[in-house]
Amino acid sequence: MNTPDPISPYRDLTPAQFEAIGQRFDAIRNRVRGELGRRDADYIHALVRRQRQLEVGGRVLMILPPTWPLGVAALSAAKILDNMEIGHNVMHGQYDWMHDPAINSKSFEWDTADTAKNWKKTHNFEHHTFTNVVGRDHDVGYGLLRMSEDQPWEPRFLFNVPLAVVLHTFFQHFVAVQNMKLEDFLIYKTKTREQLAAEFKPVWNKMRKQLARDYLWFPLLAGPFAPLVLVGNVVANFTRNVWACAVIFNGHFPEQAEQFPESVLQNETRGQWYVRQLLGSANFSGGKLMHIASGNLSFQVEHHLFPDLPAHRYHEISPEVQAICHDYGLPYNTGSFWKQTASTWTRILRLSFPTGKRREATPVNGGTGGAQTPSLPLAA
Amino acid sequence: MSHQRTTRSALRALPLRRLLASRFVQNLTYPHGVDHYLAPLDATWSLTEVRAAVTTIRQQTHDSVTVTLAPNDNWRGFCAGQYVRVSVDVAGVCHTRCFSPANSARTAGGALELTCRIGPRSVVSRYFATTCKVGDVVRMAPAEGTFALPETRPAQVLFISGGSGITPVMAMLRTLLDDGHTGRIVFLHYARTRADQLYAAELAALAQQHANLRVLPVYTREVGTGADGHFDAAQLDAGVPGWTQMEAFLCGPAGLIAAVQDVFAARGVAQRLHVERFAVTEKVGAVAAPIAGEVRYVRSERVAENRGANLLDQAEAAGLHPECGCRMGICHSCTTRKLSGRVRDLCTGEVSGTGEEDIQLCVCAPVGTVTLDL
Repeated sequence: MNTPDPISPYRDLTPAQFEAIGQRFDAIRNRVRGELGRRDADYIHALVRRQRQLEVGGRVLMILPPTWPLGVAALSAAKILDNMEIGHNVMHGQYDWMHDPAINSKSFEWDTADTAKNWKKTHNFEHHTFTNVVGRDHDVGYGLLRMSEDQPWEPRFLFNVPLAVVLHTFFQHFVAVQNMKLEDFLIYKTKTREQLAAEFKPVWNKMRKQLARDYLWFPLLAGPFAPLVLVGNVVANFTRNVWACAVIFNGHFPEQAEQFPESVLQNETRGQWYVRQLLGSANFSGGKLMHIASGNLSFQVEHHLFPDLPAHRYHEISPEVQAICHDYGLPYNTGSFWKQTASTWTRILRLSFPTGKRREATPVNGGTGGAQTPSLPLAA
Repeated sequence: MSHQRTTRSALRALPLRRLLASRFVQNLTYPHGVDHYLAPLDATWSLTEVRAAVTTIRQQTHDSVTVTLAPNDNWRGFCAGQYVRVSVDVAGVCHTRCFSPANSARTAGGALELTCRIGPRSVVSRYFATTCKVGDVVRMAPAEGTFALPETRPAQVLFISGGSGITPVMAMLRTLLDDGHTGRIVFLHYARTRADQLYAAELAALAQQHANLRVLPVYTREVGTGADGHFDAAQLDAGVPGWTQMEAFLCGPAGLIAAVQDVFAARGVAQRLHVERFAVTEKVGAVAAPIAGEVRYVRSERVAENRGANLLDQAEAAGLHPECGCRMGICHSCTTRKLSGRVRDLCTGEVSGTGEEDIQLCVCAPVGTVTLDL
């Protein structure tokens, strides 16, 4: 109990238990990978078709006043499908086994300001490898917000709540520049204007095409109805922004979900990585439509355990994941969409202020060693 | 069928094509591209990709299938002897294989005829023979390969083929005859039995029509019929007098290729022989290295024990999905940076150096521990 144990930040599991947990999760992963085939291909093909129908239909219906609301709804849904269940998941390589160049992580580009290339670095690599590790996972606050007690408080965080609203509103553009780590230039002065300009070039290259398409060419094509189409596109992009941001925040920032100090990464085993993913993620419940609209990130826990398994499989393996959690006394974070949202915004508000420590005593670098109080699920 | 013809010709209309390819339409359809929105109208429509509709499917022999394809306007034709990469969807997975068209390069409308042997491990051929229906659309790549009829036609031509290796030389023969070639042509073909011979009736008919063409079928498993036995110098001397003066084009199984190469080399006319291989022939190295070490995949952060197989199979067994195509070392889709370690080229038997270099995963097997940028 008194030797510093690198495992201790997680829970009081033994190395053998971590090993066993890792093997059980690996077994699920390998089994599902072996099963992939026609059903998964049909699923993603059908979604791509549906997304295209909604997009084309939405853009057409938007031109005339009577069908405008329907058109805006359809285009919003199309953008959400494109970004969530298709784009996000395809770029994770969930369908690379199909060897279809149109549905491949190497070549897929999505309908949002962020380039696929930057996204795969900040998201697939940084966020998924260093999930919820403050200082390594930029998704913890996007450089804009204070989302963890491990982030030192600064006066700007007094604006945590209004800034979170801004982040939701302009989410696609914040994500697009996420790779540039703007705060390093604006606040911490560790980055030069030249560095920033060089990094912005490829981003702007894509951003301007997106802006021209939605705010210039399609409105112009509508002739006298240009204002309708312009406003419709603004609303569709806004809807997608708020929804995507809300889904992502609900996945990692309800009070149930843990953030971690960087020390946990030292000598982290596969089993420990799995457990960190489990503790740092949270699901939300809902119907089939909710799951599809969220890109199955309503199963954020399963997604973080198995980021490259087709997301529509997550609900099928959820009982097995829950069984493993049960066997080892690990929390399986979940709640309704609105409960998770309320919990997330509570955290955003709470961390506006220079409150001291984390909710639970969490050792840094295994300092106090031994058994630690687990992050209690549902006990914010 | 008529619907297909109208839609395809609609895209052929130059102004429409020019409009669709314009920067304006490219921006409207960004980031998914024009093809993405054309797909539901007609599966063969594309501004850039070669796609082809299957027009007929028939079986000449019990273990082969012959399909004809009508490619879209992006198809730029082929030189007789070249091969094409064809991709089909089997159980949700896109499989790519290389086939040499057997038709004349002069065929009207660019239609292609592929004859594929159905082996125990064939995926694409089996798909054509079983699940494929007329009207299905396959993806293709432009024709490739250096095995082709020379622009300056040789005076005398000798074709030697074995089994389904007949296809590229069949294309050469048909093209020569379509071009009105008058020089001497001898077609020496090896099949196991009469029932196994591809294009038997057509070859016989062509020999009837063209006085300059001689067709010599040999049946390796019909002993005592007069036209039996495996390739050797005596058979060639007897059947094709003056063959050393002929330009020879050869395609077939590895054993046949080796035997023919030996005879041509022995007579000092190796430079007259042009060869196409349609399968990886794994040469047995003089020193059979024991299978040892491990394969390290740096970007995927994975390590697996070296199992001795080619690196593509090993990477897939390790759960990776490297880009790949032909799986026989010709399409270079799977080319990957080797960071360190030695690999053996399964086609040549050559062992590489230990330094950093690009290798083709599907035809390289590790010799000891290998590190890949994958």
